Amino acid sequence: MKKVYGSAKEALDGLLFDGMFIAAGGFGLCGIPELLIDALVDSGVKDLTIASNNCGVDGFGLGKLLDTKQIKKMMSSYVGENAEFMRQYLSGELELEFNPQGTLAERMRAGGHGIPGFYTKTGVGTVIAEGKEHKDFNGETFILERGIFADVSIVKAWKADESGNAIFRKTARNFNPPAAMCGKVCVMEVEEIVPVGSLDPDAIHLPGIYVHRLIKGEHEKRIEQRTVRKREA
Amino acid sequence: MWDRNQMAARAAKELKDGTYVNLGIGIPTLVPNFIPEGVTVTLQSENGMLGMGPFPYEGDEDPDLINAGKQTITEVPNTAYFDSATSFGMIRGGKIAMAILGAMEVSENGDLANWMIPGKLVKGMGGAMDLVAGVKRVVVVMDHANKHGESKVLKECTLPLTGKGVVDRIISNMGVMDVVPGGLKIVELADGVTEAELRAATEATIVD
Repeated sequence: MKKVYGSAKEALDGLLFDGMFIAAGGFGLCGIPELLIDALVDSGVKDLTIASNNCGVDGFGLGKLLDTKQIKKMMSSYVGENAEFMRQYLSGELELEFNPQGTLAERMRAGGHGIPGFYTKTGVGTVIAEGKEHKDFNGETFILERGIFADVSIVKAWKADESGNAIFRKTARNFNPPAAMCGKVCVMEVEEIVPVGSLDPDAIHLPGIYVHRLIKGEHEKRIEQRTVRKREA
Repeated sequence: MWDRNQMAARAAKELKDGTYVNLGIGIPTLVPNFIPEGVTVTLQSENGMLGMGPFPYEGDEDPDLINAGKQTITEVPNTAYFDSATSFGMIRGGKIAMAILGAMEVSENGDLANWMIPGKLVKGMGGAMDLVAGVKRVVVVMDHANKHGESKVLKECTLPLTGKGVVDRIISNMGVMDVVPGGLKIVELADGVTEAELRAATEATIVD
């Protein structure tokens, strides 16, 4: 089966429908699927529910889909540094399901591993626990969290071979592997596609079984907080 | 009273040699500047890294290498990278010895609030709820009072909680206090602060 597609638009062809559920990789603007997000904007698909740690920044990353009002609901752990996100949420235009960051990552991982729910002590005694089943194990209280099963995953890796075996770079890995695993179909964008056989099988971070469609492209890789130190003279 | 750097320096004394530690955003990011001689700790950044180094030199910034505050950073020789599920697996699994975090409010039974002010400021909890639930020891670094002079060290938190009964030690600009049965116990006073002043500035119950 051929996995490599010519463009983000082609790679999403036939997968999109209004009201669909998308899981997206990335943390802040690091390791986000820029090209697939742009293609979602161009497609006009709407009423999206998106599970992603953040929602980009104003005008970049998933923030573009906020500007076009294509998102109905976000499942995220952090919305700071995104004025439009906060505005839409506080005005009631956007639904927001806050998830603790580790719970969100584990919900994606669990979904991808066929696990519909798991117990965690994260959030016990907070608003996150309201309405969720509580259960004691060894004298400690845990809450039930559900696995995430998305219609489509959009993720970004550094490089992949033509069969979808993927390698990530530094902290751009973040949510990409768990997000990739929890979608019925996973579309991945990379900086470089190499022939099968040219990656060390021991160095694969995400096996190609999780990757259904693959594209290569140029990435802006915008930096959110550029912090530096002075060279000593 | 201690300033931000003095609070960070005091927090750095909490670090035990050879441990894995997670530092929150704000004052905790200053802690690495004050790690005592002979103490080596490995810093975890919950977006997927153990062994976090200092900010890069100008021109060496790498967009693929950031910390949990989205700041550009560097590697150290023992750095390891992993995905977010693995990162929070080690947090939830109790492998991280200590977290040093900022706080909006703390209560006398160790409740922590640091993620939102309803109707006003919505930031999100990020990884803070996972950290306070999973990390062995939680130290908060905070100003003792808000800008109106009201105590942030309370009998009960008024803001939505990040965790219930999770804080072990409070380091404020006025001193150091531990969460113990029945309330808070004064451990240390900041420079120029008397015990009477600390008691007067604290709404929470102080036990002897």
